[in-house]
Amino acid sequence: MKRILGLWINGRWREEAVAENALLLDYLRDGLGLTGTKQGCDGGECGACTVLIDDQPRLACSTLAHSMAGRRVETVEGLATEGNISRLQRAFHEKLGTQCGFCTPGMIMAAEGLLRQNPHPERDEIRSALAGNLCRCTGYVKIIESVEAAAGASA
Amino acid sequence: MSALPDFQLLRPTTAADAVAMRAANAASRYIAGGTDLLPNIRRGLAEPDVVIDLCGIAELTHIELDGDTLRIGAGTTLAAIAGDATIRARFTALAEAAEAVAGPTHRAAATLGGNLCLDTRCVYYNQSEYWRESNKYCMKLKGEGCRVAKKSKRCYAAFSGDVAPALIALAAELEILGPNGSRRVAIADFYRDDGMAWLTLAPDELLVGVHVPLHDGWTTAYEKVRVRGAIDFPLAGVAVALKRKGNALEALRIACTGVSSRPLLVEGLGELAGKPLDAAALAAITAQTEIAASAMRTTVVDMLYRRGVAPVLARRLTERLWNAAA
Repeated sequence: MKRILGLWINGRWREEAVAENALLLDYLRDGLGLTGTKQGCDGGECGACTVLIDDQPRLACSTLAHSMAGRRVETVEGLATEGNISRLQRAFHEKLGTQCGFCTPGMIMAAEGLLRQNPHPERDEIRSALAGNLCRCTGYVKIIESVEAAAGASA
Repeated sequence: MSALPDFQLLRPTTAADAVAMRAANAASRYIAGGTDLLPNIRRGLAEPDVVIDLCGIAELTHIELDGDTLRIGAGTTLAAIAGDATIRARFTALAEAAEAVAGPTHRAAATLGGNLCLDTRCVYYNQSEYWRESNKYCMKLKGEGCRVAKKSKRCYAAFSGDVAPALIALAAELEILGPNGSRRVAIADFYRDDGMAWLTLAPDELLVGVHVPLHDGWTTAYEKVRVRGAIDFPLAGVAVALKRKGNALEALRIACTGVSSRPLLVEGLGELAGKPLDAAALAAITAQTEIAASAMRTTVVDMLYRRGVAPVLARRLTERLWNAAA
């Protein structure tokens, strides 16, 4: 059954009828067309669906949409401002942190959550923050270097 | 994964309302972080008509040190527990156990209560409906008999929560709310050695909080072994709480998880009190932990490895804490 859900999506308040059993992932992708958030393992093991909820990285595949009522949800689509990609996105682009690209939105949102809390993380802190995100291309070194570059650029 | 089945979602704002909703709906389930329950529902391991979301209950989310007791609400996230400076400094095993659960994105959602009530796990249970049907199910759900121990009348699915052994080593008590008020229970008595009925929590009760006595003068730690370093349930996990006085062991508690259907305190360590932690004491710790670690073939990893590694963890952690307390 559908019920009204009100929440912040990428800085904009939305209210609409959403099924009570909808996952946040399905609401974002199918309901709002925000397909930047990826459906990977779909069971909480790969991190491809990572989004920010009140600045904390969480898994959209293991979260009910209605549990997020009143909260701030951010997806990778919300990072660019006025058509310009963010410093972190640019770092992934320039440091080759992206290969096939499927894990990239989840990696970027997990890293974004880290950098908001800890703008100048050590390499170990980056590794811990991204521990829940799998890259099937195994480009982990470049991904960590991308986050380091973004952290350095904001210094 | 399959789509979630249809259910009605209720969102109470007080613990009392949650208990009343549970009592009024027989086929209901509580959900908190949802990191374990949602994948399980999608695999057909639970089919609730009504889901009661506990995320909106503010009174279940708190960490406070009140005199010599630490009180934590059952809705507190594992990330909050792992990141709390007081818990890190004075209840170290608890912070280490919370931090050892899954990955950072899980810990931001998963709660203390969810981890303590975690469903037991088995390679014959945590599978898709298609897989389980092909194997004619098992006694834990829809089928007959135990696939792990074929002649057994009981289920051997393993309890795999990381936080419970830390709280057993810290002698915590749990606060439980039911239709007739609240009760307190020692955490070890919260569990049963039965993979199908592993909690002594009644269907109409809700775990609302944890009370942990201050352990000043003790040192405590938790460590687990798992297949994947980043996100995985324990093949075996061990918590140790130790108090050293000069060259003598004043008190020692060791608790295990992942190696039976309940988290449990290692027995028979009382005679080590008052003596130094020498080779004989370490041998006794190894032998007693071997008795407690009765892992069965419930994971993809050989059960003999799990039975063997738990005593190694216990000995290694005890030695480390003993030396650190010198």
